[in-house]
Amino acid sequence: MNSVFSINGPVVKVKDTSDFSMMEMVYVGNKRLIGEVISVNSDETTIQVYEVTTGLRPGEPVVGTGAPVSATLGPGIISNIFDGIERPLRDIEAVCGAYIAEGVSVNSIDEDKKWQITMIVKEGDFLESGAIYAVCPETPVVEHRCLVPPGISGEVIYAAPDGEYRVNDVVCRLKAEDGTEHELTLFHKWPIKQPRPFTKRLPIDRPLITGQRVIDTILPIAKGGTAAVPGGFGTGKTMTQHQLAKWCDADIIVYIGCGERGNEMTQVLEEFSGLIDPKTNRPLTDRTVLIANTSNMPVAAREASIYTGITIAEYYRDMGYHIAIMADSTSRWAEALREISGRLEEMPAEEGFPAYLPSRLSEFYERAGYVESLNGSEGSVTIIGAVSPQGSDFSEPVTQNTKRFVRCFWALDKSLAYARHYPAINWNDSYSEYTDDLSEYYYKNVDPDFLVCRQRISSMLIEENKLMEIVKLIGADVLPDDQKLTIETARVIRVGFLQQNAYHKDDTYVPLDKQYKMMKTILKLYDECRSAVDSGVPFSLISETGIFEKVIKMKYDIPNDKPAKFIELETEIEQAVRKAVKQSAEEGR
Amino acid sequence: MAVQYLGLKEINGPLIALDNVTGIAYDEVAQIKLSDGTERTGRVVQIDGSRAILQVFEGTKGLSLKNTRTRFSGKPMEMPLSEELLGRVMSGAGRPIDGLGDIYAEKYEDINGKPLNPVSRSYPRNYINTGISSIDCLTTLIRGQKLPIFSGSGLSHNKLAVQIVRQAKIADESGQDFAVVFAAMGVKNDVADFFRRSFEESGVLQKVVMFLNLSNDPIIERILTPRCALTAAEYLAFEKNMHILVILTDITSYAEALREFSSSKGEIPGRKGYPGYLYSDLASLYERAGVVEGAEGSVTQIPILTMPNDDITHPIPDLTGYITEGQIVLDRSLDQNGIYPPVSVLPSLSRLMKDGIGEGYTRADHSDCANQLFAAYAKVQDARSLASVIGEDELSPLDKAYLRFGRLFERHFVNQRFDENRSIEETLDLGWLLLSTLPRSALDRVDDKLLDVKYDPEGAESRFAEEL
Repeated sequence: MNSVFSINGPVVKVKDTSDFSMMEMVYVGNKRLIGEVISVNSDETTIQVYEVTTGLRPGEPVVGTGAPVSATLGPGIISNIFDGIERPLRDIEAVCGAYIAEGVSVNSIDEDKKWQITMIVKEGDFLESGAIYAVCPETPVVEHRCLVPPGISGEVIYAAPDGEYRVNDVVCRLKAEDGTEHELTLFHKWPIKQPRPFTKRLPIDRPLITGQRVIDTILPIAKGGTAAVPGGFGTGKTMTQHQLAKWCDADIIVYIGCGERGNEMTQVLEEFSGLIDPKTNRPLTDRTVLIANTSNMPVAAREASIYTGITIAEYYRDMGYHIAIMADSTSRWAEALREISGRLEEMPAEEGFPAYLPSRLSEFYERAGYVESLNGSEGSVTIIGAVSPQGSDFSEPVTQNTKRFVRCFWALDKSLAYARHYPAINWNDSYSEYTDDLSEYYYKNVDPDFLVCRQRISSMLIEENKLMEIVKLIGADVLPDDQKLTIETARVIRVGFLQQNAYHKDDTYVPLDKQYKMMKTILKLYDECRSAVDSGVPFSLISETGIFEKVIKMKYDIPNDKPAKFIELETEIEQAVRKAVKQSAEEGR
Repeated sequence: MAVQYLGLKEINGPLIALDNVTGIAYDEVAQIKLSDGTERTGRVVQIDGSRAILQVFEGTKGLSLKNTRTRFSGKPMEMPLSEELLGRVMSGAGRPIDGLGDIYAEKYEDINGKPLNPVSRSYPRNYINTGISSIDCLTTLIRGQKLPIFSGSGLSHNKLAVQIVRQAKIADESGQDFAVVFAAMGVKNDVADFFRRSFEESGVLQKVVMFLNLSNDPIIERILTPRCALTAAEYLAFEKNMHILVILTDITSYAEALREFSSSKGEIPGRKGYPGYLYSDLASLYERAGVVEGAEGSVTQIPILTMPNDDITHPIPDLTGYITEGQIVLDRSLDQNGIYPPVSVLPSLSRLMKDGIGEGYTRADHSDCANQLFAAYAKVQDARSLASVIGEDELSPLDKAYLRFGRLFERHFVNQRFDENRSIEETLDLGWLLLSTLPRSALDRVDDKLLDVKYDPEGAESRFAEEL
C-alpha cells in the first residue's frame, strides 16, 4: 500500500514506490482526492492534487487508477457546466450544497438518462477507428454521433435495435482482425493531454463569422485558427469573449472559465439560457459547454480545465462539427503552471514561470485546426485565448510566448476602454495573418470589392494615426482641408464602424453584408467630400451639414434586415455635399 | 489528542519545525505553550514524513528550541460564530479583545471557507445607493459585488469608505438586516480608531464586527484577519440572512505580510518578490463575495488598497483588478485640487453595473447618461493635453467647450460634501445638465429621441451661470 509522505499545498509526495506512471490519475487519502502524477524517480513520486489538501495526513493511502487523467466523452456534455476535471457542477451542488467539498464523487455524464439512439451500422459492417455507429439528439440543435474510439476497429458482430439506451448500455460489438471483441457503449474515455487523431489537416480558408465589425472586416479569424485577446483588467476581454461565444457561427462553443470570476460564469449561465440563437431559434445553451474553474477553486485543476475543454472540443470536431473554444484566461493557466513548478522547486525562467511554458502553450494552440477526421467528415476547432498580462505590459512572458503560436492578435487597449470604445481592440497594435487565406471567401461570398474597401479603411486609420501626431502638437485647425477630411472620416470609421454596441439589438451582431455596405457608405462619404474639397469647397461647410453624424449613426438607424436604407443614406450624402458646394459658390460670389 | 511535543527542531522567522511528529494533518492548528505559561497558536504549512513545519501567528519572539510544548488540535483553524459577533471587537486572529468575554458560539467554521459553486451563485443585480454621484452614476455598486478602492497613501479612501457605509445603510429599505464587517490589516492605530469613531457617530456600531490587526501586530495573524472576517460575513449573510458590507483595509499590508511569510518559507518569488500564488491567494478572499441562490443575504466587499507609489501596474492593484468586479480609482491631482471624493472617473469601472441599472433598478436613462459622461470626459483629457501644448486660447471652440465641461464636471459632479447624500435622480439630472453645456452634436452616444427630452442648454446656463 502506497501512502502519503509529504504535503505542501497541492503537491503530495509518495516515497519509495515504482507503482505509478507519469500522468497517471490517482486517488489521494481517505477522502479520495483526485490527483495526477507529475514526476517519478526512484526515491519519490510527486503528485499534484486537484482538490484542497486541508486535513490530509501522512500515511493516508494513495491509490493508482492505471490510466491517465481522462475525459468521459458521450452524450450529455452539451449545455452542461463542469469543473476543471469534468465533474458536473450541478451534480456537485446536489451532493454537497452551495460550497464545493473535497473528494466529491460524481459521474461526468448522467448514467441514468436515456437517449433515443438510432443505429447507423448493421451486423457485418466493418468499422474503422473514429467511425460513427449510432446517433442521438443530444440537444435540439446538436446531434450526438457516437464514435468508435481511436485505436479500435473491426467487424460489427452485434448491433442493438434502435431505441432508448443509457450511456453504459452496450449497443454494438466489434470483432477486431486479431479476434478480440470490443464492446461499444455510448461513451468512451480519452486522455486529456493527448490530442485526438485525425486523417489530415485541411487548408484554412473559411472565416469564423462573428458579427463583430472590427474582427470580421479588419482582423478576421478563420475556422480552425487561433487568436489571442490580451488586455489589462477592465479592457473588456471577457466581454469580447462573451460576444464571440454568443454570435460566432460555430456549431458548438466550449467556454473555459479558467481562474476567473465566479459571477462571470453565473452570468454566462443566466444570459446564454435567455438568449436565442438566430440561426437555430433555440437558447444559446443548447450549443454551449461550460468549464468553470473559478479563481478560488483549486489551482491544479485550473491546469486541467484547459485540457478538458480542448479534448471535448476535439471529440465534437471528430463528429464533423465546427467548434470555437473561448479560454478565459490562459494567463491563469500559466500561473497555475508557475505555482506548481515553484512548489516542485524547479529552476524558474522568466518572471518565475517554468522554462517549459512556451512548449505547453504551443501544444495547446496546435490542437486547433481544420481537419478531415478519421471517418472522413470535416470539422474544426478554433481557439480564442484571452491573455491577462501583468501590469498591462505586453512584453511579459505569457503574452510574448502566446504571440508566437497564434496567428491573430487582438490587442485590447486601455485608453480605448477608458473612453468606453468597445470592443477596445486597438487597430494599430493588432494583426491577423488570415486575411490572405480568407480573401477568396470574401471575394466570392460577400463582394469582389470587399477587400479593396477594407484596405482603404485600414489605410485611412493609419493615415489618421500619423496626422494625430501633428494634431497633438499644434491642434487640428491648422491642417489643410483634405487632411481635416481624413481625420473626420477616420472618426466616422472609429465611432461609426469599429465601435460596436453589445447592448443594442441590431448592433450587437452585424452580418457581413451590412458590414460591407457600411464600409461602402463611409468611403462614398469620403469620396464625395474629397472631390468637393479638391474643388475648393471649405471643409467646414460640409461638416456643418451634419452628414458625418448622420453616417456615424447608421449602425443604429439602419436595421440589419433593411439594407435598402443604405441607398437612401447615399442619396443624403450626395445632397449634403451638393448643398455645401452650392453654399460655397454663393459665398464665393 | 493529548500528546505534547517537547521542544523544536528549528526556528526561522515566523516558522518552526518539529521532528518525529505523527498523525497530524495538513493545515491543522496547534497550541504552543511556552515555559512562562503563555500560549501561541500555529498552523501546519508543510509536512515531510515525520517532520512538520508550522507558522506561528503571534511570531516566534522568545521561542527557543527547548522551552516549548506543542499540542495539535486535530482540526483546521476555526472561528466561533454567533449573532453575538455584532458589535464586538476581535483580534486579527478572531479572538475577542474588547474585554467582554468569549463568544458563545453557535457553531465553528473553518476560516479558509470553501469555494462557492458557480451554479449556486445568483448573479448580483440589486444596486446599492451610496449617495455619491461618481459611484452611483458611473461605477454603480451592486449588492454581492467586490469593488475595491485603489488609493494612495494620504488620499481620502477611509473617509470615502465611511461615507459609503453610512449612506448605504440609510438607502437600504429595511435597514434592519444590514451589517458591516470591518477588517483592519496592518493599519495604524488611529486609522482603526477613526473607523470605530465614525461607526459610533453614525450609529451603526452595534451592527459592526471589527477585526483589528494593527500595523505593529504579528504578520502571520494578518494573513488570518480577512479570512476570519469573511467567515463571519458569510455566516451572517447566508445563515442569518443579512446584507453584509465587508471593508478590508489595507490589502497592500496583507500582500506584504504574505510576501514576508513566503520568503521566510524559502519559496521561489514571482514578480517584485511576491509569491507566485498571490493571485490565487487574493482570489480566495475576493471570491468570497456574492449572493447564494436561495439565501436572502449577500456579501458585498469593498477592499481598500494603497497603490505603492500610486502605480496601478504594481502587482497588488494589478492582480486585484483582475479578480474584482471593477475598481474605484482615487487620484492625487484631484485631491490636491480639493475635489472630494477624488474619484478618477476614467480608470474606474463597475463590471456588474450594466445589469443592475436602468429601468426597474435605477432609471431608464442611466446607462446613456453614464456612457456619454465617460465619452465626453475622455475628450476632456485630449483637450487638456492639447491645451498644455498650444495653450487654451488657441483651442477650437469645441475643445474649449470640453475644457469647460471638464471643470464643471469635476467641481459639481465628482465633488460633493462628506455628508451630502444625493439621490440617483439628482445625480442623473445633474449629469444631463452638465452634458447640456456641450454642443448637441458632440453627444454621439445618445440617440436623438432621448436628447430631445434631456438636452437642456438653457437649464445648464442658469445653473452654472457664474462659471460659464
